[in-house]
Amino acid sequence: MDALPAFDLLRPTTLDEAIRIRVAHPGSMPLGGGTDLVVNIRRGIVAPAMLIDMNAVSELKTIRADARGLEIGASVKLAELAGHPDVVKHYPVVAQAAGFIAGPTHRNMGTVGGNLCLDTRCIYYNQSEWWRSANNHCLKTTGDICHVAPKSRGVCFATFSGDLAPALLTLGAEVDLVGPTGRRTLPLSKLYIGHARQGEPVTETRGDGKYFLSLRPGEFVGAVRAKNMPELRSAYDKIRIRRSIEYPVAGVAVALRREGNTLADLRVAFTGTNPRPVLLEGTAALCGGALDERVFKGLDDLVRDQIMAMKTTFTPGHYRRRVAGVLARRLVTRLFTD
Amino acid sequence: MARILAFVLNDRARTDAVPGNLLLLDYLREVVGLTGTKTGCDGGECGACTVLIDDKPTLSCLTLAASVEGRRVDTVESLGTDGQLSAVQRGFHEKLGAQCGYCTPGFIMASAGLLRKNPNPSEAEIIAALGSNICRCTGYVKIIEAVQYAAALRAQGIAP
Repeated sequence: MDALPAFDLLRPTTLDEAIRIRVAHPGSMPLGGGTDLVVNIRRGIVAPAMLIDMNAVSELKTIRADARGLEIGASVKLAELAGHPDVVKHYPVVAQAAGFIAGPTHRNMGTVGGNLCLDTRCIYYNQSEWWRSANNHCLKTTGDICHVAPKSRGVCFATFSGDLAPALLTLGAEVDLVGPTGRRTLPLSKLYIGHARQGEPVTETRGDGKYFLSLRPGEFVGAVRAKNMPELRSAYDKIRIRRSIEYPVAGVAVALRREGNTLADLRVAFTGTNPRPVLLEGTAALCGGALDERVFKGLDDLVRDQIMAMKTTFTPGHYRRRVAGVLARRLVTRLFTD
Repeated sequence: MARILAFVLNDRARTDAVPGNLLLLDYLREVVGLTGTKTGCDGGECGACTVLIDDKPTLSCLTLAASVEGRRVDTVESLGTDGQLSAVQRGFHEKLGAQCGYCTPGFIMASAGLLRKNPNPSEAEIIAALGSNICRCTGYVKIIEAVQYAAALRAQGIAP
């Protein structure tokens, strides 16, 4: 690890103050628990001139959860979310996803906003300055080539691995963004623009592993909201090399509705596979019948078409894609039969 | 820019001028001189630097010192009182929960945090609570026994 570069730390206590500081200091970055950002600063990956510690901003620290809806402030700690009785009761997929993030100590530190905006990762990116410079850097920093996909022609394939996003995507969540020009609300799926397609210019709605959030300059996440859908059964599961702490080989959130013996609704979302959390498209076509081989075959096809895992230190990409598919199949089976 | 940091360290109020980029770990070891908290991986992967902030286990290698303003920080040095080991320290000592000992302050603080929240944890709860700590001498079985023993010592009022 390198020594930390010089930066200032400000601790606003109100949202207005946080916005003012953010506007006045374009080179600043919001800081949640620091479990991702401080590591990246120490590795020389980012060098903000100022950090805005969001943990004292009172408006962002509340969870409202009941049988009608869920609203979580960006500075809520992951441990609090995972253990919140009403979230556990009405939004199990969200509580379970929060409980799967890193290890228990990290969850005391990490925040909801930080996990939703978690930087994308890659074995060629999350390394020391020294390591990266020996490898001529990569697209996501200052290099010319995506080392994990050398034929990518300018597209970065770093992987999004936050756990809350897929869980919230299965509930059709919305996210409140706060910034210099006021507030706006987006469907959570529109926050994530890491599509990583070749030959498409990076825009506010289409990016890659490097530009993976549709945040405008100075904007940050204020809160995330979802409506309760009591008819849905939902759960989250994740496979990692070390079960207690590691980033995912693949993570999957499933929400489904069973009517008699019929699969009436199915939503499946993945993390740790693409430059964005992926809410699988085309699952509606698998509904309307029993949970049989036709559904599983269809699910496998959708995973094969839409999931694009890259290699990590431990696992090749094709293995991670198979893990994602198997994990989804197991979770769908468990939720349908329970 | 240096800022004034006022907080409570090991039950004593302290005020220091700290630069924004000073890590809590470096502050504790280099400024205060409390070297019980260990520098391990330096990247939030090993748990050797675990301290308690408002009774919650926290990684001091990823916490900026200035951000603990107004809070209560406990390091491993806070545990022994009047020459007596705390229950968790006795547990690790008597049940051989330490081998080389480098990860031990972090394990002890994570365990102390668990017992403050949950005085009578099950084995599964102990394993879950120590999930952010790594011991490369692979002594996890003895560590779990140490925490169980510490919980019993506390329950019987033998050690705090």
